[in-house]
Formats: sequence, C-alpha cells, structure tokens
Amino acid sequence: MSSTLETRERRTGWLLLAPALILLALVYAYPIARSLWLSLFNQNLGTELQPVFTGLDNYVRMSGDGRFWQSILNTSVFTVASVLIELVIGMGIALVLNQSFPGRGAIRTIAILPWALPTALIGTTWAWIFNDQAGIVNDILLRLGLIETGINWLGNPLPALLSVIVADVWKTTPFISILLLAGLQSIPGDLYEAHAIDGASPWQSFRQITLPLLMPQILVATLFRFAQAFGIFDLIQVMTSGGPGGATETVSIYIYATVMRYLDFGYGAALVVVTFVVLVLVMAIAAFFLSKVRAATGDR
Amino acid sequence: MVPLPSSAAVETSPSPSPLSVKKIVLPLAVILVVGFSLAPILWQVLTSVKTNADIAAVPNVYLPTRFTLEHYIEIFRRRPFLSYMLNSFMVATISTLLCLLIGTPAAYALARLKLPGEQAILAIVLIITLFPYILLFLGLLEIVRALGLANNYLALVIPYTAINVPLTILVMRSFFQQLPRDLEDSAKVDGYGTWQMLAQILVPLTVPALVTTGILTFISAWNEFLFALTFITRESLKTIPVAVAQISGTAAFEIPYGPLAAATVVGTLPLVALVLLFQRRIVQGLTAGAVKG
Repeated sequence: MSSTLETRERRTGWLLLAPALILLALVYAYPIARSLWLSLFNQNLGTELQPVFTGLDNYVRMSGDGRFWQSILNTSVFTVASVLIELVIGMGIALVLNQSFPGRGAIRTIAILPWALPTALIGTTWAWIFNDQAGIVNDILLRLGLIETGINWLGNPLPALLSVIVADVWKTTPFISILLLAGLQSIPGDLYEAHAIDGASPWQSFRQITLPLLMPQILVATLFRFAQAFGIFDLIQVMTSGGPGGATETVSIYIYATVMRYLDFGYGAALVVVTFVVLVLVMAIAAFFLSKVRAATGDR
Repeated sequence: MVPLPSSAAVETSPSPSPLSVKKIVLPLAVILVVGFSLAPILWQVLTSVKTNADIAAVPNVYLPTRFTLEHYIEIFRRRPFLSYMLNSFMVATISTLLCLLIGTPAAYALARLKLPGEQAILAIVLIITLFPYILLFLGLLEIVRALGLANNYLALVIPYTAINVPLTILVMRSFFQQLPRDLEDSAKVDGYGTWQMLAQILVPLTVPALVTTGILTFISAWNEFLFALTFITRESLKTIPVAVAQISGTAAFEIPYGPLAAATVVGTLPLVALVLLFQRRIVQGLTAGAVKG
C-alpha cells in the first residue's frame, strides 16, 4: 500500500520536474554538448560548405594562438581585479548598511540600484564618463591638476582595461553587498557585546568575529562573481568591443568574434569547450573550500 | 494563514562601534555609499537634459545652462523607441510567466517529494546558475537557425525562460521548505491529491515568493544582451539593451551622447521603478537563491 503511494508520489514528482528538465536540456546541455562535438570539426561558414572532421586540430591551434592566450590573460586580470575590489567595497557598504540610522531602507534601495540596471546601458554610461573629449573623469582630473592633458581612456590598452574594471566594480558591487549584508544580519549581536566587554577594538571584532563568521557568504559571493566576471561580455562589448588592439578582449568577446565575425564555428566551439572546462574546474575547487568552511562554521 | 518570514525579523544586530565614531564616520560613510551608487546615473540624467553645446563643452558644464527635452523627443521621433520598449516588455513578461509556470512545480518536487537522484539534479541546477551565456550561444544559434526562429520573440523567450529556471527553482524551493509540512499532511488527510493541493493550497500561499522570483526573472530578461544581439537583427524587434548600445555603434561621425543618455534613462526607468517598489523582495530573492542554494 505504502509502496504504491510512493510510486505515485515519484511519478508526480517526475511529472512536475519534466518541463524544467527538458528546457534545461535544450538550452544548457544540448548547446554545450554540441560545442564539444563541433570543436572536433573544421567548420567555417565563411569558406567551407561541409564540415571536415579534424580531431583535436582546433585545440592544437588554440595552444599556439596568441590572441587566445591574450584573451585568457585579459579575462584573468579583469576577473581577479574586479572581484577583489568588489569584495572590499562590497564589505564596506554591507557594514555601513548593517548599522542602524534613519532612512536606512531608502539607502539600501539606492545601494542596490546599480546591480538592477541593464549592463549594456551602463556600458554606454561609463563609456561617456571615460570619454576622451568631454568625459567627466578627464575633466575632474584636469581640474584637480593631476593630469595636464586628457587621457584617451578607452583608446589605450592599460587605461581601457582599468575603465572596464571600474565600470564592472560599480555595476556588481551591490550584488556582493547584498549577500554580505544578509550574512552580517545572521551574526548575533551579543557576540560583539561580549567581545567589546573583553576590551576588543572594533577592528579586532571585525577580524575575529565578522570575517570568520562571514566566510561562507564571502566564498559564495566570490564564486558567483568569479563565474560572472570570467564570462563578461556585454559591458566590454559596449565599452571597447575588446579594443584597443585586443587589450580588453576577454574570452567571451573572442568567442563571439570567432563565431559571428569570422564564422569559424569549429574553432569557436573549441573555445567554448575550454572556457567551460576552466569554469567547472574552478567551481569544483571553490565548492571543495566552501564545504570545508561550512563544516567549520556550522551549516548556516 | 502561514506567515512568511520577512527580512525585518532578522534585521537587528547592534553596531560594534562606539558612539563618537558613529556620529561622525557613519554619516560620511552613508554619503559615500549614496555618491558611489548614484553619481554615474546622475551624470547620465544630467547629460540627457543638456543642449548639445553643453554636452560637448570643455571644460565640462556640470549643470545644464538650459534645460531641454530635445534628446527624449528625438529618441521617440527618429527611432522606434516605443517598439524597443514594447519588445523588451513582451519578452521579459512572457519569459517571466513561463519561468514561474515551469520552475515552481519543479521546485516543489525538489523540496518535498522524495525522488531518486534529486541531490544530483539540485547540484546541476546550482552549477548552471553560474554558467555564462557565452557557453550556450553557439549551440543556441544553430538551433535558432535550424528552426528559422531568428527575428522572432521565441528566440529570446525560450532561452530567457531557461536561464532563469535554475534561480526560480532555488528560490521557490527554499520558500516551499519554509512552509510547515503539517499543512500538506492535513490536506492529504482531507483527500487532496498532490496536484490539487499544489494548485489550491500551496500556490496561493507562495504568491509573495512568486512575486520575488518574478521580479528577479524580469530584471534578468530585460537586461540580457548577448542572445538579443545575436538572434534579433530586425530593427523593429530589437530589445532595449541592444538598441541603445547600437545608437553609439551606428553613428558615422560624432556619437550622439544626448540621445544615448536619454535612451539610457528611459530604458532603465522600468527597472528603477521595480527596485524602488520591491527592494526588500529583491534582497530576499537574491540571498535565497545564492546563499541558501
């Protein structure tokens, strides 16, 4: 009797799950599997009609492709720099928003705003802010006497990379603040009181209570932001299209150009596969650390 | 009625800092946070109501010498800006509704029913929330081409629904888990089947959670750029992010910064409104999706 009930529950369960699983298979599993398959072919829609099986040739080509390695380097610099800066600023904002002050709700709303706005539109905003002619960054730096002539921010390699990092930090810091704020709110206040009675300074409290107890949230936020930053496309496409001279070309931008501009589907697919593998590897490492930290701080 | 947990319940943790620091440093810090968050937006808003002469002035003219709406008028007169808005609205709304329709039952199954392999499914769902869309776009492009879906809302609605299903499952699952089980047990005693119970008892209770998830989905769909850029090439079908980004791309000589700023302001207004109305829900949803997952 109970076994038929269980069978029925199972059948209902699978029925409830089926639409979601089918959709995820179509939009996630198939494209990734298809890229894996395509990456073994030489298929260029621009030059050839029939795809030719070439085994691992695309991967061999990648190992000697300077533009690919440059894009990996750019992506890594972009990811590490923006996520680190976001963690620091995001922590600061979370600490501020966790204090009690009049109008806190309104300030929290304002602090979320950048995260909710369309990245592509924000890209145009920051491109305007960093404009070499009438951009406000140059204007402020000139007025302060820090520079003598305007910097062509988006036209020079290092300034361009810096510009897209600044824009990304602005856009996604709120995401980190939100997650860290939720973590801060779950730390019981009497911990701090007891610590303060013991004569600990606020900085000591931060290091000895806040940071360790916040570690799960910090790791989760870092993991999410790592994945998002590593796949960054819209912001850079809008601000620099990967330029100047490939200085801000991330892996996503390179994949997009390979497929859409050079119509090189085989090589584009191989790039997709490598990006996928790198991401999954990093996630596995992060998940390992996360489970350790969660075990150490108690599952929260 | 079962009370759903609100963020207000867990919101108090007294500050560790002494009073004197709090009186001086805290207001400064708050001002910094506000400045950081609003300055770029404010600059764009100011640009959008300046005359072209003010916009191009060097050194910069910070406040408009003359207030003008010419750029706003231009984006609606010279470009199909209403169509862009309508496209974004349609695509985001349809995919949000579909996403809730598909994701909620799945979330319930994963929260309550004992299924073999549900841990594995959950792990996969969690992992793919982290996948950047560039991993999908080549395969999807082939599908779109094979089915002739280019320049069709479906080419966006299907992927937008799918990319938000994982978040929907995570958020809704955590809400279902917070509902007391007695409720379902007593419904079963009263003779409700699983489907009936889901439709008549659980869904009404989870309306707040559905709203939360729906807002996150809508924001994500409204903002998506890569698929919209790749699958839609017809001007009248473009969504806001692509249409606005291409204003600067199509300019032959000088980039029209005034119209660009106006377009940015108009294109972000719906989202600003959402954030103002639902700040608390957005925070709840994000933390439920990321941390509890």
